[in-house]
Amino acid sequence: MTWRPRLAEGTAPVLVVLLLLLVGLAIAGPAYDEPSGYLALLKRAAPLMILAIGQYFVIVSGGFDLSVGALVTAGVVIAARLIDGDEAATTWVILLVLGFGLLVGLVNGLITTKLLVPSFIVTLGMLLVLDGATFLWTDGAPRGALSAGFRTFGRGALDVPVLGEVPWSVLILSAILVAAALFMRSGTGRALVAVGDNEAAVRLSGGQVDRLRLLGFVLSGLLAAVASILLGGFAGVSAQVGNGLEFRAITAVVLGGVLLGGGRGSVVAAAAGALSLEALFTLLNLLGVSGALESAVQGLIIIAAVAYASLGGGLRHRLRSRPKQRNTAQPAPS
Amino acid sequence: MDAGAGMTPGATPRVRLTGISKSFLGVPVLHGVDLDLRGGEVHAVMGENGAGKSTLLKVLAGVHRPDNGTIEVDGAQVSFTGPTDAQRAGIAIIHQEFTLLPHRSVAENVYLGREPVRRMQVDRRRMVADTRKLLDWLGEDGIDPTAVVSSLSVAQRQVVEIVKALSTDARVLGMDEPTAALADHEVELLYDLVRRLRERGIAILYVSHRMREVFDLSDRITVLKDGRFVTCAPTRDLTPDDLVRHMVGRDLGEYYPDRARTDDLGPVRLALHGAGNARVRELNLEVRAGEIVGLAGLQGSGRSALARAVFGVEPFTTGRLEVDGVAQRVTRPRTAVRLGIAMVTEDRKGDGLALRQSVRDNTLLVRRAALRGPRARARSDVPALLDLVNVVARGEHQEVRFLSGGNQQKVVLAKWLAVEPRVLLVDEPTRGIDVGAKRAVHELLRDLAKRGVAVLMISSELPELIGMSDRILVMHDGALAGELPAGASEGDVMALATGHRTGAAA
Amino acid sequence: MSILQEKAAPADRTAIRPGVRSRLTPVVIVYLALVTLLVVGSVLVGMRGEVLLDQAGILNILTRSTALGLVAIGQTMVILTGSLDLSVAYLIGLTSLLAAETMAGQDGMVVPGVLLALAVAAAVGLVNGLVITVLRANAFIATLGVALILRGYLENNYTGPAGDVPRSFQHLGYDRIGPLPVAALLMLAVAALAWWYLSRTRPGYHMYAVGGDIEVARLSGVPTRRVVVTAHVLCSVAAGLTGIYLASRLGSGAPYVGTDAGYDLESIAAVVLGGTLLAGGRGGVVGTIGGVLILATLDTIFDDLAVDPFFKDVVRGVVLVTAVALYARRMMADRNRGRLA
Repeated sequence: MTWRPRLAEGTAPVLVVLLLLLVGLAIAGPAYDEPSGYLALLKRAAPLMILAIGQYFVIVSGGFDLSVGALVTAGVVIAARLIDGDEAATTWVILLVLGFGLLVGLVNGLITTKLLVPSFIVTLGMLLVLDGATFLWTDGAPRGALSAGFRTFGRGALDVPVLGEVPWSVLILSAILVAAALFMRSGTGRALVAVGDNEAAVRLSGGQVDRLRLLGFVLSGLLAAVASILLGGFAGVSAQVGNGLEFRAITAVVLGGVLLGGGRGSVVAAAAGALSLEALFTLLNLLGVSGALESAVQGLIIIAAVAYASLGGGLRHRLRSRPKQRNTAQPAPS
Repeated sequence: MDAGAGMTPGATPRVRLTGISKSFLGVPVLHGVDLDLRGGEVHAVMGENGAGKSTLLKVLAGVHRPDNGTIEVDGAQVSFTGPTDAQRAGIAIIHQEFTLLPHRSVAENVYLGREPVRRMQVDRRRMVADTRKLLDWLGEDGIDPTAVVSSLSVAQRQVVEIVKALSTDARVLGMDEPTAALADHEVELLYDLVRRLRERGIAILYVSHRMREVFDLSDRITVLKDGRFVTCAPTRDLTPDDLVRHMVGRDLGEYYPDRARTDDLGPVRLALHGAGNARVRELNLEVRAGEIVGLAGLQGSGRSALARAVFGVEPFTTGRLEVDGVAQRVTRPRTAVRLGIAMVTEDRKGDGLALRQSVRDNTLLVRRAALRGPRARARSDVPALLDLVNVVARGEHQEVRFLSGGNQQKVVLAKWLAVEPRVLLVDEPTRGIDVGAKRAVHELLRDLAKRGVAVLMISSELPELIGMSDRILVMHDGALAGELPAGASEGDVMALATGHRTGAAA
Repeated sequence: MSILQEKAAPADRTAIRPGVRSRLTPVVIVYLALVTLLVVGSVLVGMRGEVLLDQAGILNILTRSTALGLVAIGQTMVILTGSLDLSVAYLIGLTSLLAAETMAGQDGMVVPGVLLALAVAAAVGLVNGLVITVLRANAFIATLGVALILRGYLENNYTGPAGDVPRSFQHLGYDRIGPLPVAALLMLAVAALAWWYLSRTRPGYHMYAVGGDIEVARLSGVPTRRVVVTAHVLCSVAAGLTGIYLASRLGSGAPYVGTDAGYDLESIAAVVLGGTLLAGGRGGVVGTIGGVLILATLDTIFDDLAVDPFFKDVVRGVVLVTAVALYARRMMADRNRGRLA
């Protein structure tokens, strides 16, 4: 069979938007005449893109993860306190932060799948717990300092042959994006999307629905921890570093054409959605639009994106019909 | 006008349908059907699946507009543009699916959308009192109008549905398989209710294919076959044998693949010994490699429950299940799949396919979801599988929701073939698919059997069941009622399935 | 093989009469939890030689409950209808500013200020409702988008508190009758009104129906779009009231008064804690007020015990998830019983 490029449904618009924004950047900003400008953009966008990739795993399997913003803050605050400027502690603290993200995802996933609490509520509870617990532990304000080694990942660069100086965060992002794209092509990845589409079909095909959904949450937690390491390096220690990132990541994913409720969308498009958001902010900046209006534009865009998806899609697929799941008593089968 | 006999001459029927025809996408479903309903009678409509019963009911309910024919209510010709028109004319239908809000009270459900208002408030006292009045009128004073629906039994919910219909001042009530969801003792309660409705002058159209119910309840019976009117006669003038004869015995004119020969049969793949659970009991059966065993029975007889139990959805709680001669405990589908059992479910969109995913992803769904290790990683030749089942799609990346029903069903089969099952359970494999695809599915099933798969096939379509099966097992009321050899007559099957006859015929 | 047809009913389908069903509804659980909390709290605070429920304590709990209670009443309506509103926090900031700026310290402008704030709030609710029903956007995204637009407006036009509330209007925030703050009483009056609306009027009935099963509602002749839009307008008006109340307490409008307190997610938490299903169709204002009181009481107890304020968040998170897990278990039990019955 011949291979030809194909896009998951809903992916094309975000790529068009992204392309337009990049062209706009090239016209508006002299810095975008050469690759380094775009590398800087990618570096800035990397944490959000990684968060969007993590959020994608949860959304595509039919859930929400509202805890990632709080998790990013927690990661930075924990790292600062534990490292406290001690270079030698860098490695184990990084491992610990990653492990912490994994654990948070695991708890989110277990409560959602085993206790049948909606993921919206579970991760909202987790958000409260994380916000409280980190500051409880640091007595109210972030303390300590990150080591230079830790911050390298967020702001440093690596000399790569041919390409020259490439920021660490871009390398990490690329690795994660490639891994995520490959994972979504694998059997487990496809099954994850299928869970968001039709849980019963996966269960009756012998799949472990709970484990797959759990996996989504774990990946989201882990990637939020990675994003916190990058952001800590990039932006430094602050108690506000993760504020609102959960909504921004969800916005990015939706902008990427991923269906809320699960079952459709590609991970690359979700990442492209995040990059588009950053590119948009950069462009607005270049054009001298007040930074304050950023969020208003963001708001308009996601409403437009979702309305386009549901109305545009609705017109094309008026005929599709899916039996509605009801919780009234069903007639006995057969 | 119709062949009905024994009606009081002169009385104007409540509703008279004359020469009703209806086709969908060029496929005729009803041809010139006549029916009349009189106040205070229970008029049963019988026929096999696909005979047009439900369509007729929907025409009466205003859901479908007939292509031809007239509808008269109390002697005046009417034309319904929607369900509300029918409601206004005093016709209410109780569908199989419940339309109640589980968290709201009985009275709130009965008056949903039509709540009486008094001084800006919902007049709850009146709502409850009126509901109680209706319940009392039906003799169902055991139901509290203020009780929350989710606390009621299935039978009680059905009563609420009926009350909801009657609260619109309905004088004609259509009931579609009203006992399908009920346990036996609840059925008795429903009988009482229907009789009381009749005494109060309501005209009842009772769609069912349970012989016993129809003889217990109805005053007249109309039989449909292939969308045509066959007969209408007073119940007392008919015997169950007559009825079975009217319902079946058509010219098949259909082609089915050759049956298995004795030397095609291999070892016993699937065996049940005294297996049972909440829905089925004392099941003993064997299915051999190479044969297709048909499983017949009415709705609710436990056919699908048997398949679901074997597949671990609602596992057996008693008895023994053996796969290839080894006793197994199958408590979830995953275990079943790994033992080489496959199930093509009745509801292909609801639980067979992930509709927004591609043909390829659905084909590989089982392999990816259920298998681990080398078997999961082994390259599967998707194009070859799709070729084998002969799917027509724009490509393997097309989303399955855009495929026709027949092609969707082929994808379901392909997803199971991808894991090379040894036992295949198929539930209504050709429901809602066109003739060509039907034939392809039939040939595929036979082909699989030839390759040593043990096939257990459930179907409500008797010609299909008889045409395909090497043996037929018939279920009635949660147990096996008997076994019939290949080529048994539809009458034999129906007799066992309706409980008209018990015991093995072979 | 001979089978007795009649008596062999499948074993587990015997009817269970409704009387057996326990009366432990989520609302009852919430208020039992509240009472337990008050008792345990009183004991703990008492061990430090203080009294939890003295005048100051009651005042404290009720004052804390007022703003959150108002938002949560509105949120209850949208959640019952099967929707959700993430825009309330910014709307609170906006309405506080509109009210305070219009009043500009003049007694005569109090009424216009209040009316303007409420009118803008209603308009925002209308937009929310229309985006959801007409553009068919998911409620989460629709209201998040509107929230972001409001935020952009606030960030672009304000850097800090603005406007001036006349002294006369500040009485609303601080006056009390005995130990009871007037504003808390007003909040309870709004709650009573909302309770009446939801449980006594036709539109209220229809909110439950739409949240329970929108298809069933539509087939029964309920104007589903109108119901969703109404719920959103009422929710936004409740948020507007909150903004006005906070302006009266602060003496001016503040752009981030709603977001700093996290009223968007907090109000959803209070509603769900009060036993309303996040998916809609079941629950009510009475439970919500119970949920709000629990959260306020927890805060007050922690203050009295001088517990680290951040510990409160942890407890809130745990309480929320535990409560919903508890309700989910009861629902499952009910559903299983329904299936067996």
